[in-house]
Amino acid sequence: MTLSDASAVMGAAVPLDPALLTRADRAELLRYMTMMRTAEERALSLYKQGKVPGSFYDGRGQEAISVGAAFALSPRDRLCILHRDLGAHFVRGVTPDRYLANYMGRADGVTGGKDGNLHFGDRARGCVGMVSMLPDMALVANGMALAMKMRGEARVALTFFGEGSTANGQWHEAMNFAGVQRLPVVFVLENNRFAYSTPNELEFAADPVERAEGYGLPGAEVDGNDVEAVFAAVHAAVERAREGGGPTLVECQTMRMHGHGAHDDMGYVPAELLAKWEARDPIQSYAARLLEEFDFADEEVERITEEVRAYVAECAERALASPMPDPALAREGVFADRWEPLGDGAAPWSGWAEPTAPQPIDNRVERRAA
Amino acid sequence: MPELTYLEAISDGLRTEMRRDESVFCLGEDIGAFGGAFKVTAGFAAEFGPERVLDTPLAENAIIGAATGAAIEGMRPVCEMQFADFIACGFDQLVNVAAKLHYRQGQSVPLVVRLPSGGGFSGGPFHSQNPEAWFLQAPGLKVVAPATAADAKGLLASAIRDPNPVCFLEHKGLYRHVRDEVPAGEYTVPLGKARVAREGGELTVIAYGSAVPSALAAAEALEEDIEVLDLRSLWPLDAEAILATARKTGKVLIAHEATRACGVGAEVAALIGAEAFEDLDAPIRRLTAPDVPIPFSPTLEAAVLPQLDDVKEACGELLAY
Repeated sequence: MTLSDASAVMGAAVPLDPALLTRADRAELLRYMTMMRTAEERALSLYKQGKVPGSFYDGRGQEAISVGAAFALSPRDRLCILHRDLGAHFVRGVTPDRYLANYMGRADGVTGGKDGNLHFGDRARGCVGMVSMLPDMALVANGMALAMKMRGEARVALTFFGEGSTANGQWHEAMNFAGVQRLPVVFVLENNRFAYSTPNELEFAADPVERAEGYGLPGAEVDGNDVEAVFAAVHAAVERAREGGGPTLVECQTMRMHGHGAHDDMGYVPAELLAKWEARDPIQSYAARLLEEFDFADEEVERITEEVRAYVAECAERALASPMPDPALAREGVFADRWEPLGDGAAPWSGWAEPTAPQPIDNRVERRAA
Repeated sequence: MPELTYLEAISDGLRTEMRRDESVFCLGEDIGAFGGAFKVTAGFAAEFGPERVLDTPLAENAIIGAATGAAIEGMRPVCEMQFADFIACGFDQLVNVAAKLHYRQGQSVPLVVRLPSGGGFSGGPFHSQNPEAWFLQAPGLKVVAPATAADAKGLLASAIRDPNPVCFLEHKGLYRHVRDEVPAGEYTVPLGKARVAREGGELTVIAYGSAVPSALAAAEALEEDIEVLDLRSLWPLDAEAILATARKTGKVLIAHEATRACGVGAEVAALIGAEAFEDLDAPIRRLTAPDVPIPFSPTLEAAVLPQLDDVKEACGELLAY
């Protein structure tokens, strides 16, 4: 059997108009990717210190996908974010303290201790939290898109899933329903080469992006380690959906650089495969590109890294100071008393005509009300 | 007050809510031009348009998932399972996504799943089930099972207005055989409230759905002082009403068409045993289907589903205890 390797990587299928991204946008893309990497490294150290109940999951190596995709969304768009996509939460305005507190089961985590790791969605920022069953959220994203379509709104729902999800029957249900109804939904597929330990070759006979046409929707394949390529493909898909053109499947080729969880030593991954992808690290390669192509100075890139590190360290202190939830809360909240709308997320891309509140590096998030 | 069949009352309730609130819409298989397998939505597509009476692909998870997402975005979806049995194909979205979202994320999911359930017409093992107990093991779901036309309308309206996922079990055997007075226009019956369907002092039959008319018929035929409590809501259970009637009569028969083990009857019996033991004059009895699939052949099916004579016999035994 031949294992998938870096040769699967494609060039950007959707050309990016360079004017779409300003210099400040590019700094933001680097900053959010760095924030995801730094926060996940901090969470991993907390796990190793025994402060994280359960296991630990991250998206190392996949930072360009969640950041690039979420960056293309407007405030009123909606997301279902998965467990390798921390960057999307940060783009929408979730702060690392709430992410770290969630991992530790603390009261100030996004779910207040009701659910763990990345099983959260910040309602106030237009997100619906994932469940472990995959790709269940694709069907929920369809429903949000259906509501938008029924009301004639120029809005979009976006969801992520891995290539492992495409083997499940619900993936077929989701693609088919979206295609039939021409829903304003964007499916971002992260092909990170492995579903836990199962390689692509044992997952499917036909690559998922090739199946898109069979559902009556376009598929785009991009280099998932190139944040601007992801942004370009998702931006095009979002625009298309917003204009009534229906759904798009964007397959991002990437590599899961850590195990499925921290308990997984990845003994099944050939060292040379990891080495190939290590050389294509999305953050380092983007930083290099900013220096070479976009006239960034070394100090600028270093300053972003240093600011993010200091910010995440500060967030970690806040998370560690957060109390464990009151045990009495375990019996509360099964039923709702009333329906409330999701809030709108941050949309830091300069391309949005409607200005959004800037996201200062030291922004604090109010303590989550119990 | 007009008399409607149980089926007409469901249509009337759904139509009334769709006229009242434009965020209410239906989705399911063959519900549009065809009007649904049982014609609950006959004429709806002409009145409300195909978008609000949405014919879906044959994909139950897609239906429940779409309803979940639409509900989060402010719509009030009413899903039709063509038969209650097919909720098994949409179960993941219902119990793992919709039911848990409020507990996990504070996210209300106001959706209704209509479940044509029950046997008695040779539907066989896949078109006759009473799956209500499945839902009781999934915290976050409300479950209702009306027995009268008026309740069918009023509980459906309340289910649609409720901010939580509600499983609405409509018994197919009642569709055209139950007819009673139904208030015209907007009408709601609160969730979580049982109804004393017949007053009595010697024995209570606690029932819901198709077992309610059976219990009433048995009480009339026996000419005994039997009370019948119609649960109407299976979750949340009306513990107050259950305990009140158990204390009042001291003898309780719990009757339902669904199978026995870990069923609604088991939960009701446990509640009474724990809270009203001192008031009981006889052991709590259950009359249910045995723990077998619903067979096809009429003689086999009749041997499985509780019959009127079974109710009379069980009542007689308890009264004589």
